[in-house]
Amino acid sequence: MTLLASLFFRFAQVGLFSIGGGMATLPFLYEMSQATGWFTTSDIANMIAVSECTPGAIGVNMATYAGSITAGILGGVVATLGLVTPSVIVIVIIAQFLEKFRDNMYVKRAFVGLRPASIAMISAAAINVAAASVVDAAAYRLTGNLADFFRWPAILLALGIALAQKKLRWHPVVFIALSAVVGIVFRF
Amino acid sequence: MKELWELFIVFLRIGSVTFGGGYAMLPILTRDLAENRHWATEDELMDYFAVGQCTPGIIAINVSTFIGYKKKGIPGAVVATLGFVTIPIVLILIIAAALSNFASYPVVQHALAGVRVCVFVLVVQAVVRLWKKSIVSVKTFLLYLAVFLLMAFSRKLPVSIPAAVLVLASGLFGVVACREEAEQK
Repeated sequence: MTLLASLFFRFAQVGLFSIGGGMATLPFLYEMSQATGWFTTSDIANMIAVSECTPGAIGVNMATYAGSITAGILGGVVATLGLVTPSVIVIVIIAQFLEKFRDNMYVKRAFVGLRPASIAMISAAAINVAAASVVDAAAYRLTGNLADFFRWPAILLALGIALAQKKLRWHPVVFIALSAVVGIVFRF
Repeated sequence: MKELWELFIVFLRIGSVTFGGGYAMLPILTRDLAENRHWATEDELMDYFAVGQCTPGIIAINVSTFIGYKKKGIPGAVVATLGFVTIPIVLILIIAAALSNFASYPVVQHALAGVRVCVFVLVVQAVVRLWKKSIVSVKTFLLYLAVFLLMAFSRKLPVSIPAAVLVLASGLFGVVACREEAEQK
């Protein structure tokens, strides 16, 4: 029982102090590995790989995996609940505050600043996704040939999706599923 | 009670198809919540993302909590969050127990390579759509540029600036410098 309580509280700490994306949990996971010996650094590498392959939030998935290595199914659930509890509390408090002060001039002005920043972060993230999907910087560096910078099959798929989206307006999930199939068939 | 169940199911679905990190959630949220159900406007979703990026915890979870709270208060916040994580938890537990080398199967890697392309397109489209609502003046454009460059080239900088700091600084900038834009809305 104390193992589960320990898991919960350690992951609550991770959830409290990681800000932003799932990768922000990494330093805390390494630290936890050192302090508790529940999982090794190579376990962490595997966690990252698996968490990137599965739906949901990467940080949450890593907590689930780490918890399950440590204490089975219950461990996975407890670690995950521990991770999300602090942020749920914080967000509920902030949401109540925002509700009250939504029409406050300062709050409005803050959001005028927050929105471009938010879009900018998403754009920067899009660049990272591009680097891992439609372009191949490593290949370009190897051959110096500009044509090798672009992953042509991926670019074709991207154009296809963009056009299909405009005409067909299917749910994003459909395009995700189709892209997975294309990836398998054409061995992306 | 029925509404809470519906909230749970909606986030169950969202959590099961969000591949590629929290930002990939935005296009799906836009379609499911803003267009199909009118639970939130795209403006509101954008604001939840903005706040969710500088508060503790993981963006996707924070956004789920926000929306759940807006729909049904504290119970809604809890239910939406639990909904989001349930299917990923189940999948990870199965993989951890039985398929720990799941990530190395070629089929998985090929499928994911395809999914990444799709996520790229969806995210770019989301940015283009939200651009008009957030870049409304020269000031906001410059702010966008500054944050974008700092984030995109963060690895090449001598000191890496945490994203949360950038977001908070942008909020401060808004308070200090963006009176006209706020009054126009």
